[in-house]
Amino acid sequence: MEKKITGRVWVLGDDVDTDVIYPGKYLPILEPEEMARHALEGVAPDFPDRLRPGDIIVAGMGFGCGSSREQAATCLKTAGVAAVVAGSFARIFFRNAVNQGLPVVQADISGGLKDGDTITIDFDACRIEHSDGEARFPPLAESVRAIIEAGGLIPAVREKLGIKS
Amino acid sequence: MPHTIAEKILAARSGLHEVDAGELVTAHPDRVMSHDNAGLVIRQFRAIGADRVFDPARIIIPLDHRVPAESERTAAAHKSIREFVRQQGISAFYDIREGICHQVMVEKGHVLPGELILGTDSHTTSYGCLAAASSGIGATEMAAVWATGELWLRVPETIRIEVRGRFRPGVAPKDLALHLIGKLTARGADYKSVEYYGPTIAEMPVSGRFTLCNMAMEMGAKFAIVPFDGRTREYLTERTEGDYTPVAADPDAGFAERYEIDVTDLVPQIAMPHRVDNVVPLPEAAGIKVDQVVIGSCTNGRIDDLEIAAGRLKGRSVSSSVRLLVIPGSRSVYLEAVRRGVLETLLEAGAVILNPGCGPCLGAHQGILAPGERCLATTNRNFKGRMGSTEAEVYLCSPAVAAEAALIGEIPERLG
Repeated sequence: MEKKITGRVWVLGDDVDTDVIYPGKYLPILEPEEMARHALEGVAPDFPDRLRPGDIIVAGMGFGCGSSREQAATCLKTAGVAAVVAGSFARIFFRNAVNQGLPVVQADISGGLKDGDTITIDFDACRIEHSDGEARFPPLAESVRAIIEAGGLIPAVREKLGIKS
Repeated sequence: MPHTIAEKILAARSGLHEVDAGELVTAHPDRVMSHDNAGLVIRQFRAIGADRVFDPARIIIPLDHRVPAESERTAAAHKSIREFVRQQGISAFYDIREGICHQVMVEKGHVLPGELILGTDSHTTSYGCLAAASSGIGATEMAAVWATGELWLRVPETIRIEVRGRFRPGVAPKDLALHLIGKLTARGADYKSVEYYGPTIAEMPVSGRFTLCNMAMEMGAKFAIVPFDGRTREYLTERTEGDYTPVAADPDAGFAERYEIDVTDLVPQIAMPHRVDNVVPLPEAAGIKVDQVVIGSCTNGRIDDLEIAAGRLKGRSVSSSVRLLVIPGSRSVYLEAVRRGVLETLLEAGAVILNPGCGPCLGAHQGILAPGERCLATTNRNFKGRMGSTEAEVYLCSPAVAAEAALIGEIPERLG
């Protein structure tokens, strides 16, 4: 995981639910690359085409509410989303994102930003710089951050169990 | 120190004397459940490189989301699950005939009071109807639990909800659940445990408690628990010989929030598109035409739900403009509905009876909506695109309201 990332943002509202992030009809898909082709399709049918690697999703409160489907996190991660910044996260989505190695940042900055703006997230300093100023965010628990830094739960568990690649 | 039910269960499952809200613990769940998404769990389990699951006796897998398989892809996933449970010696595998995972878990004695249960489904909170602490997790995390038998959990704060008063005729636990979500909002219980108390809860059968705990997910709850009592014991006596130790909260436990609700004047509730907390009293939604009505799901697919619907449809006909889909929650519910003549009544009225499963609730199959269509459902979510087209609308209600709407082709103003 990069200590500091800069990316173009897509700004979404409150309560972006899992059916909007990853519609239920795609749940039988097992390949992450194929999942990525449907990321945020419920926001707009062409949203997956708009996403470029390194983009950052910025949203309001309750991001990822609804289903336990981790495809909602996997599709964003595989589409190249560098981080999701939201005022708050639904708990299962938060865990799924961590487990997929997708950085999640709790900060409510959606009000002052528009699509295409650039922000920089400094994970060590827990600070976001954006056109409107800067914002602070609470640090993740050490054990949680360690999972993201390992690249997700699978590499973290492999390491814990002493399984060599 | 005094503690809540969530704190006590998590302390016990983490090998600690006591824990407080806010702590992170490494917990050992009593049981874990996966449904069709076990296909993805298996894939991730293999990616970890583990050989055997931590304990095959603690893993339960009912197939319910797309049953019978609606596509070749699902058929392949189901096949891989059948092979995996055989290889690993997982005996609590329920193939497509048995019913909706949460209903099956509770019916088959896989949920006991005081236990910690995790499932790869958000509505795993339902098991609080039998005084267990239960919650949803993702597939990769479940793969890690299968490999290690443990996971990290944050000990949640607890909201105490006390319910008083007797429901008016036609008003049901679903209406209370929707009313609470409207009041607390979709984020009102985020990361928190909810405990239910009061005379209305004491009078409520396990079926209604199931609906309450199931829908608590829609206000963000991590756990939703109705404390153990005589009704819990009675329900379990017929279903399990397993030992259990009920856990009660201390009277002076530190609750983060407290709410008191009196249901005496509560009227039927409707959740309007596209948010579960967009709740209005029935008269405010009256007159909205519906194309499809769904009665079923883990939320309202039990025998009492079907009987309520049949009671209203008996000797009458479903509107010619409405497709009424009825889905018994499990094979056991289906069989009981056959024996009591409930299905005959529903069929005569013009309902289409589907096999037990999740089908239309999550837009998997069996009743997908076209653009511009409206569905009134006893299910649990009305998100945009939930049942098919993103230009369709889903409204949520109780079985009684759903049955009345099926007769007249629109949301009724009141229940007769």
